[in-house]
Amino acid sequence: MSKTITIKQGLNINLQGEAEKIIAEVEAGHYAIKPIDFHGVFPKMLIHEGDKVKAGTQIFYDKYRDNIKFSSPVSGTVKEIRRGAKRALLEVSIEADTEQSFVDFGKADPNTLKREAIIEKMLQSGVWPVIRQRPYTVIADPKDDPKAIFISGFDSAPLGVDFDLIVHGQGETFQAGINALKKLTSGIIHLNLPAGDANSKVFTNSKNVQINFFKGPHPAGNVGTQINKIDPINKGEIVWFLRPQEVITIGRLFLEGRFNAERIIALTGSEVKSPKYYKTKLGASIAEIIRNNITQSNVRYISGNALTGRKIDKNGFIGFYDAQITVLPEGNYFEFFGWALPGFGKFSFSKSFPTFLNGKNKKYRLDTNLHGGERAFVMTGEMEKVFPFDIYPMQLIKSIIVDDIDAMEQLGIYEVDEEDFALVEYIDTSKTDIQEIVRRGIDMMRKEMS
Amino acid sequence: MKALRDAIDKIKPQFEKGGKLSYLQSTFDAFETFLFVPNKTTKIGSHIRDHIDMKRTMSVVVIAIIPALLFGMWNVGYQYNLSHGEAASLWDNFLFGFIKVFPIIVVSYGVGLGIEFIFAQFRGHEVNEGFLVSGMLIPLIVPPDTPLWMVALATAFAVVIGKEVFGGTGMNILNPALTARAFLFFAYPSDMSGDKVWIAEKADAYSGATPLGNLLTNQPFDTLPSASDMFWGFIPGSVGETSTFLILVGALILMITGIGSWRIMLSVFLGGFGLAALFNLIGPYVAPDNAYMALPAYYHLIMGGFAFGAVFMATDPVSASQTNKGKWIYGILIGVMAVLIRVLNPAYPEGMMLAILFMNVFAPLIDHYVVEGNIKKRMKRAKLATA
Repeated sequence: MSKTITIKQGLNINLQGEAEKIIAEVEAGHYAIKPIDFHGVFPKMLIHEGDKVKAGTQIFYDKYRDNIKFSSPVSGTVKEIRRGAKRALLEVSIEADTEQSFVDFGKADPNTLKREAIIEKMLQSGVWPVIRQRPYTVIADPKDDPKAIFISGFDSAPLGVDFDLIVHGQGETFQAGINALKKLTSGIIHLNLPAGDANSKVFTNSKNVQINFFKGPHPAGNVGTQINKIDPINKGEIVWFLRPQEVITIGRLFLEGRFNAERIIALTGSEVKSPKYYKTKLGASIAEIIRNNITQSNVRYISGNALTGRKIDKNGFIGFYDAQITVLPEGNYFEFFGWALPGFGKFSFSKSFPTFLNGKNKKYRLDTNLHGGERAFVMTGEMEKVFPFDIYPMQLIKSIIVDDIDAMEQLGIYEVDEEDFALVEYIDTSKTDIQEIVRRGIDMMRKEMS
Repeated sequence: MKALRDAIDKIKPQFEKGGKLSYLQSTFDAFETFLFVPNKTTKIGSHIRDHIDMKRTMSVVVIAIIPALLFGMWNVGYQYNLSHGEAASLWDNFLFGFIKVFPIIVVSYGVGLGIEFIFAQFRGHEVNEGFLVSGMLIPLIVPPDTPLWMVALATAFAVVIGKEVFGGTGMNILNPALTARAFLFFAYPSDMSGDKVWIAEKADAYSGATPLGNLLTNQPFDTLPSASDMFWGFIPGSVGETSTFLILVGALILMITGIGSWRIMLSVFLGGFGLAALFNLIGPYVAPDNAYMALPAYYHLIMGGFAFGAVFMATDPVSASQTNKGKWIYGILIGVMAVLIRVLNPAYPEGMMLAILFMNVFAPLIDHYVVEGNIKKRMKRAKLATA
């Protein structure tokens, strides 16, 4: 039974630089896996600089859960194992061969395989980390039986990617991925789509899933919102979640018998000359993608969207779970009487700038300026307007700030992650770094519960 | 602006850590950020942030207060000339009021901001903008003839005891402006009540009682000013409280911008009107000789500080309830308490100040139970899931 759920609280931030719906081919040349993308993973290396690897060769594993392994997305030579402060592993970069070769994991039909065989194949090939779990937003534990699996089929974040375009023509692999996932849970696989749109047949024709429709502003497309509205997480319960391209990666593993890390990513943002989609692979270097396509030099490159992405440099790599590069102007300038002037053209959720008279469809060029100094929480009732959960956001944030584990649990920390608080952070008058606080609370909670 | 920016950049190093004037860092920062929104960019979390900040928020509130302030200045002059039986032009009235009120504003801001700067300096914080509003509210809720030294003392008391001892803006329990008013009310009652203080340099023969003062002595209603005079504000009273109309203009600004909580404003009016209407109904049966009970309910909303308190005082987000449900309860109880004190307590002609301060104290308790309700709901859901 499909149902439609309407989200009232939220905000669509219309930025300039939406990707045009065309897909270009690009050979990125360099690819990398960054342990920083995986919360709570402590990497142990299996290879050395200069080693030859194939696509699917294991390159490191997690010290705490040694069955969780990470593989090279391409075949080539390990170029650099870059470490930072305290020798923390920052990234393993691989220079790709022109001819790609793959480790053969053997083709199989997930419908005929047992649960253990499916898990084993995914672990060995390094595909497993595409499945993450709530609470905590960490890589799923193969020992768990999640009460449900959630797939958000749309992206409501600023300049969000169009999954209909990305999955086009991938019906068979998507279904194979779903069939594999079906064996991993005794619960339901929820596939959530935007209401009212003509959704891709790949989604609407897929079997073994329950399709739900969501209506309303961002964060309607966030999986956290969807879980909260459909099947909220109680203490002790586990839900797994993935994105459509990750389901396809699983499908390819079974249909092709290899770790095919192909990804379609969107280059977006106001500082991009011609924003569009690119066909590349997991962890691609952005250097080739952005070449001659950026309007100026004082910009910030973000792997992911403007609200939750991670800053990377111009030779950096796209994150493991990201399907988007956003290029925004840096906001390192002083603005004379910026707070006092009327501010025509300044986008704000509050109506204290006359910009709201422009209507909801105008697109803005927003920069990375903080637009003010950090203060104590003074305003109240603001956060609730963009936070569709049945949770008191400010009270939860305060409980994390004072390290009150009991209060965090009571106020619903299991149901959220930092992504869910991104809009709250965006609109916050006090300029507090809320996502960081929430992540700290989640890590604290995970440590407490383990 | 380039030249100004260059000049600031030139002297900035002296105020930074290790500089000669580093003990004035907070002060410098306050002036610098007043002139320029800083060039600070986001480091972690969301890369883009809303244009709103504390300065913007507070200046919207100040703008919302200005109509009531300007009218208040004019009204001070108008009441003076009325008591002396002299005709005066609009400009003369305003000028008289301006000369009376402006020094109060200067003293309130001077003392308050001075203390804020000192505390910020000691704590090594940036100066918080909260007092921009409090400093404007204090002059509006005192009688026009209040001696300046009293204003200074009350402001200092409010900022230090009402706010800074709790940790500054955002941490205080009581509304700072009302703390100043309560200090004056209890420390200098003879200068803050009765029928002599509400008109500046009043002629002796003229009765200068406020409508509320009149009612307390159970005079018949026909001595009250007309409802329209009270709504538009041509009555004696504290500087900014008299014109319900211009306070509602301010309320509109606060509601449209979303800076002030419409829930609180509406619920205060509902609470006050509701209890007053109930008194109208039961008055003849329970207390036939209390004429106050029979006062038409809507009079309560346009007399005294009711509207001003509902719009500018009760809505202070720091001292009010923080949850949306809590805001309704908080607001309704303020309205109820204010009318209760006015009608049933012969010691105080006005109940708004005490009602708001009282509910400020109870706001955290209200929030506690609202949040507790949410927690219980979540626990119930968890039990259902495991059952």
